[in-house]
Order: sequence, then C-alpha cells, then structure tokens
Amino acid sequence: MAARANIDVERLLAHYRAMARIRAFEEAAERAHQEGHVKGAVHLSIGQEAVAAGVCIHLKREDLITTTHRGHGHTIAKGADTGAMLAELLGRASGTCQGKGGSLHIADFSIGMLGANGVVAAGLTIAVGAAHAVKLRGERRIVVCFFGDGATNRGPFLESLNWAKIYELPVLFVCEDNGFAASTRTRAMSAGPGPDARAESLGIPARTIDGNDVIAVDEAAGELVERVRAGAGPQFLLARTYRLKGHTASDLGAYRSAAEVEARKADDPLKRAAELLKVSGVADETIIAIDAEARAEIAAAWKSALGAPWPAVELAFTDVQDVRMPSWR
Amino acid sequence: MAVMSYLEAGKAALAAEMRDDASVWALGEDLGRGGVFGQYRGLVDEFGPARIVDTPISEATIMGAAVGAALLGTRPVVEMRFADFALCAVDELVNQAAKARYMFGGQGRVPLVARQPIGMWRSSAAQHSQSLESWYAHIPGLVVVCPFTPADNYGLLRAAIRCDDPVVYMEHKDLWAMTGEVDEAADLPLGKARLVREGSDVTLVAWSGVLRAVEAALPLLQDGPSVEVIDLRTIYPWDRDMVLDSVRRTGRLLVVHEAVATGGFGAEIAATVAGALFGNLKAPVRRLGAPRIPIPYSPPLEEACKISPAQIAETVHGML
Ligand SMILES: Cc1ncc(C[n+]2csc(CCOP(=O)(O)OP(=O)(O)O)c2C)c(N)n1
Repeated sequence: MAARANIDVERLLAHYRAMARIRAFEEAAERAHQEGHVKGAVHLSIGQEAVAAGVCIHLKREDLITTTHRGHGHTIAKGADTGAMLAELLGRASGTCQGKGGSLHIADFSIGMLGANGVVAAGLTIAVGAAHAVKLRGERRIVVCFFGDGATNRGPFLESLNWAKIYELPVLFVCEDNGFAASTRTRAMSAGPGPDARAESLGIPARTIDGNDVIAVDEAAGELVERVRAGAGPQFLLARTYRLKGHTASDLGAYRSAAEVEARKADDPLKRAAELLKVSGVADETIIAIDAEARAEIAAAWKSALGAPWPAVELAFTDVQDVRMPSWR
Repeated sequence: MAVMSYLEAGKAALAAEMRDDASVWALGEDLGRGGVFGQYRGLVDEFGPARIVDTPISEATIMGAAVGAALLGTRPVVEMRFADFALCAVDELVNQAAKARYMFGGQGRVPLVARQPIGMWRSSAAQHSQSLESWYAHIPGLVVVCPFTPADNYGLLRAAIRCDDPVVYMEHKDLWAMTGEVDEAADLPLGKARLVREGSDVTLVAWSGVLRAVEAALPLLQDGPSVEVIDLRTIYPWDRDMVLDSVRRTGRLLVVHEAVATGGFGAEIAATVAGALFGNLKAPVRRLGAPRIPIPYSPPLEEACKISPAQIAETVHGML
C-alpha cells in the first residue's frame, strides 16, 4: 500500500484499536454460536468494522444511535461494555438488557444506544423520532441511524428520510452497503442509481465512500456530523463495504463463491489500516499488541459472561407494562 | 360540571394534559387544521406547530417517530385518523412500541397514546369502519381503551396520556357529536369498568358505540328480565372483577360488541366467565358481534353488520 499524505497516526491507531475490539468480539460471538452457547441468530459485522469506528469516533456519549440486527460493532464503537454485551448474547441477567433481548435487540441507553432491531428498516423511524424529540426540547445532541442497503427498499426508508428533511432534524443516516440483503444481492432488487441518489432526491446531502477505508469514513462522517451539529438538517452517508461472513453465523453462503469472498479479504478494513500504519512507521509489534489486547479484553469478558448467573424466571414477567391484569393471563 | 360533546371532551383532555406537562405533544396528518374530525381544532393556536405537529401521510413513521420520541421521555399523542390506517403502522406499534421496554430490559419506556377512531359511521365502508380492539388486546405491552361517554373520553384520555405504557385509544366515530356532562376534576383510572345500570337477571357487557343500541334495547325489556349493564371502557386490562361479581349474582352473561364476533374480545370474556363461574351459570354465555364479512357500503347492507336493539332484547329474552 502506498503511503498516504498527512496521516494522523494516533487517530489511525485509535481506529485500529476500535476495529480490533469489534473483530475480537465478533469472532468470540461466532465461536459462541458454533459451540451452542449463543442460541439465537447472530449477525456478524466482520469486514464492516471501519464504518462503526469511523462514524462513532465523532460521537459524544450523549449522542444517540439506532442500529440493526447487525449492530454489535456500532454498539461497541459507541462505548458499550463488551462484557455486558456478551452476557446479553448468552441470555444472562447481567446482560445489557437483562438477557431479554439477545443479539437482535441489544441496547444500552446509558451510552445513547437506543437499540438494535429485528425488523429491517424499523430503526429509521425510531431514529427520526428521537431526533424529533431532541429538536422539540432544544437539545444539542444528534442522532446517527445505521441501516443496511436492504432497508432502503422498505417504506420506512422513504418516510423517515422525508420526515427528517421536512422538520430539518439533527440526524445522520448511515447506509452500510455490504452488497447483500440476506442471500440476495441488493443491486438485483433495487431500482435506480442507489441509496445516495434516493436521499438526494429528497434534498438530503449525501456522500458515498469506500466503507473499508477507515480514514475515508472518518473524514466523511466528520464533515457530515459537523453539518448536523451546526443545524444543517439531515445528512446521508453511503458506505460501500462487504460482509465477509454469512448473513447469520449459521449461513453457509451458497449464493456466492468462496473465491469471491477470498478476493474481498484483501480489502479487509483491519488489514488495510494495519498496512497503512506500517507504511506510516508504526512497528509490527505495536499492531500485534493491539490485537492481543483486544482479544484479551474479549476473553476476559467472555469468561465472566459465561460464569454469570441466568436470570430468575420472575424476570420474564417484569417490564411488560404497568397497567395490567392482576395475573399474567 | 360542563356539558361537552365526545369530540370536545377529547380535545379538552389533550389540551389539559398539554398545559400540565410540557413533554406532551401530538402528531398526525392535518392536525394543524383541526384533524380529520375537528378533534384538534384550535389547539395549534394555543400550543404552536412544534407541539401540534402536522405530519406527512407516513403512518409508519408517525408511530415509529413517536416510539423514538417516547423513549427519550416525551409523551407523544399519535393521531392515526382511522383504526384502519393504523394498520400501516402495526410494526411500529406491535413490534416496537409494545416491546421496547421489555426487550431492552427496562432501559426505556414508551409512553405514547395511539388514537385510532373505530366503528361504523355514515356508510364509510370496508376500509374506514372497522373495530379492531381485540387485535391489540392480544399484544403484551399494550393498554387498549374504548371510551363511550364524553366524561370517559375526557377522563380516560387524560389517564392514557399520563400512563407510562403505550395505549391504543379508540374513539368511536359515531359518538363525536354525542353530548354529556363531564366532571373535569374526576380522576378516572384505566382498567376499571363503569356500571351503567344495576340488574339481577342478566349481565350485559359492552363497550364503545354499540352501547347506544344497548341503551335503545332497554325500553324493549322494560317488563322483562332485569339487565345489569357494564361498560367495559378499558379492553385491556379489563375489569374482570366487576364482570365476575355481576355474573355471580345474575348467573347469565351476554357480551355485545360492534367488532366481528369471531375472535372478538367477547370470546375472552365469555371463556373467562365460563371457566370461573361454570357452576353459577343459569344459561349458556351468549355473544353478539358483527358477522364475519367486510363492512359493506350500502346503508341497508351496513345495517346488517350492526347489532340492533331488537336483536339485543331478543337475545336477553332467550336467555331466561
Ligand atoms: C421487515 C423484515 N423483513 C425481512 C426480514 C428478514 N431479514 C433480516 S436481515 C435481512 C437482510 C437485510 O439486509 P440489509 O438491510 O442490507 O442488512 P444486512 O443484513 O446486509 O446488514 C432480512 C431480509 C426482517 N428482519 N425484517
């Protein structure tokens, strides 16, 4: 890889660290699923870490995000505790959602993460509503809404973008185009030039970037976040990336060739960032140490999560609703 | 006490809550011009367009945005125009609003009110006439309210707005103009039925617009069996105690609702009573509801979907 001018090595190291933590988490989640510890579906973001890292570096703790079924990376990058997240995947009481949500519904309100979602495109309406409340109350924080390319073919995509624009809400839409919606190549099912053009047709400024280049994501997200903070209304970021693993952890990926996936591994965002660090003079050992540190964090988190107690059965009956029948029938 | 129409009572309730609590706001199509039935008329003048929010025709996002805004601690009152259109927002209501608190382990709450007018009214036909309360009663997490009187529309809408759970609030379109006394100081709880009339032979449970037919049936029963009438008001959680206490005395239950009888909420009440009071029953439990057909346009055909006073009286007589 050729050297790039003006690389902020410290910042790139921070990105690398964030991505390495996500990668280690996802690999642990995959293993846990394969070994039968994690029962429900797990959607891994391996290969897409640069989007989470490059966007979330611009967010403050009080800023808000919504994400999708493939939301571990965004949640970690926003600042969630990986131990509580793994406990959630394992269905333990110490999980972020007391074990009641699992991977599909992981959420951590304490760091402004308003929830992953099991329904494609559902996070968009919730995000614009959160942004609406932020504006209604005159707060300064912003909302970032992560979603996949597949979501752009559901109605809430159009509704939510239109909504954000007519009310000029403080929201950044981040469309992560990983090439696929489950087993379908999204291109095959999407008319027109793409999600960015759809956003622009509503007057929402859009930028399209190589989502595996963390510096490009950082730079574009920085500009868009700044505009949102300045009150310029909703902005749109289309990050082109590639899902290196199956749709779920149990998907064998019969819809694409092994050769295709192999070829795309050359474009792995961690690999690219590591190469860039090296040509910028960072020692191999430094990078190896970051990887080891990330793996050690996740190993420790895994150990404590696995030892954490199951929720008491009574927990199944809490937080349903206040106004209810005396019994649960 | 003031005399108000059902429509004015709903408007007064919303205005009162908006005055009391700055976090209450309303959103829906055409609200700035009063809403489709005029139930919001004038509110924008008092509260401004940031709190009486005109929206695009985007039911999914009206409801979904309310979920997001409610999770941040505001209290959105969502207007769906017709219960039929709220079906465009069922994911947002059923999968998001009803479940967010639970799925996220209690980290957030969704204190929204989803107003969705129900019922047959002026030949509105198949897509503007449905009564779908039983659908939402089926969903854990939701409260379902079907007020009948102006007083209840006032008190229960206020209670619904103050409630921390998502509430499906179903006003009946045929009742907008009905007037009645409203005690603005009364505190009405959700989940409590209203005893309309005492009686000793038959317990008649009903709610919403069909109570007009029940009222009209009573004179037809003047010299016949003594009917105790209960207006359920809240469909979920329903006032099982009041219903069971009544049937324990009368030994007979008739449930009347405008919704399709098949799978209607009357079935839940009937099954509960049959299960709890089998030994007390003097007659089989009866239900009256619409036939399982889409609601037709033509007035005589629409009439065929409605429960008539004569039908109610006849059914009551048949139970003795
Ligand atoms: C409304 C809805 N339809 C279908 C599904 C099943 N489903 C889950 S993820 C997915 C693909 C989504 O693709 P995309 O939005 O591009 O996200 P990605 O999985 O690529 O991250 C589908 C079809 C769903 N969860 N929700």
